[in-house]
Amino acid sequence: MHIPDKPTLHPAKDPHTELADHHAVDKLNHGDAHGHDHGAGHASVKDYLIGFSLSVILTAIPFVLTMLKLMPTATLVPVILILGVIQIVVHLRYFLHMNSSSSQVWNNLAFIFTAIIVGILIIGSLWVMTHLNHNMAPGMMSGGGLG
Amino acid sequence: MSSTPVNPAENPVGAFKDQLKSAYDHNPNEAHDTHDHHHQDEEAKVTLGFWIYLMSDCLIFATLFATFAVLKDATAGGPNGRELFDLGFVAIETSLLLLSSLTFGLSMISMQNNKLNGVLGWLAVTGLLGLGFMGMEIYEFNHLIHEGAGPDRSAFLSAFFTLVGTHGLHVTSGLIWMGVMFVHLFRRGITPANRIRMMELSLFWHFLDIIWIGVFSIVYLMGAA
Repeated sequence: MHIPDKPTLHPAKDPHTELADHHAVDKLNHGDAHGHDHGAGHASVKDYLIGFSLSVILTAIPFVLTMLKLMPTATLVPVILILGVIQIVVHLRYFLHMNSSSSQVWNNLAFIFTAIIVGILIIGSLWVMTHLNHNMAPGMMSGGGLG
Repeated sequence: MSSTPVNPAENPVGAFKDQLKSAYDHNPNEAHDTHDHHHQDEEAKVTLGFWIYLMSDCLIFATLFATFAVLKDATAGGPNGRELFDLGFVAIETSLLLLSSLTFGLSMISMQNNKLNGVLGWLAVTGLLGLGFMGMEIYEFNHLIHEGAGPDRSAFLSAFFTLVGTHGLHVTSGLIWMGVMFVHLFRRGITPANRIRMMELSLFWHFLDIIWIGVFSIVYLMGAA
């Protein structure tokens, strides 16, 4: 009985239909209107507090590890990088409210595209420049590469 | 529910008008029925353009991070990161920026609840934390330059000043934007246009915090590791 609220060629894929359906279920279950718990921009205090707490932990760990020199450099560097990536995901999820809802398809596509380009740019630059340093300026390696 | 939306089956045009109205005339005290969802969809469309700008900004930072990563050992006999960086100082900078992300979130929550004083108050706290961050960064730059470790000392320091300075310029723009936002909010209150401005400013500010995660991890922590 849930007819899309605007004409569309693909009713099953229309976000409004999905949301209307979803809401019908909600109404059956609770018979009441509810708060801001869906989609972008409508976060809750809880969301921000969870995000903030996770960020504090994910920031504190690498700082403590580095400042107290609790690990050899070879282990510490990957640990810092992994924790940084996890923290970025936490920020995207809890502060920028990224999710997989249908209204965010374009945001997510743009983000994935950017992430791929950023990866190519950074990893590619490092790869190429390390090779150049190694193959074309062997005498300079001890002096700090491009210095 | 305090008001019933037009039934789309009976009156599609009315329902569409309802939807438009909800996007521009949203009042959280009214029904949170399908209105709320349409409202979100509308905001998602409006902020997509700003999101694409942020993604392109991401590419600027990616090139600067790549440059820094390539040049980080090119100290030309000058000081390296381990000798220069004070991690305790950076930890305080980081916590200022992280706290400002939380307070901006609280400002957005106040806006969802239509509480103008809350929006202004938390925005002011966010601005002060941002100013504190910039103050510390300017102090650090000044300190480094006076120690003879300015951007002209080595390729490593050029890359460092460019990367961290670009982030600082973004934070400064964010602070100016917050000042402008204050004027908007003071003069017009929580209007639909101001909601969208605030959503975009919030995306911008949280985005800068994400870039800072990269800066403190790659520049400071890995530099000192």
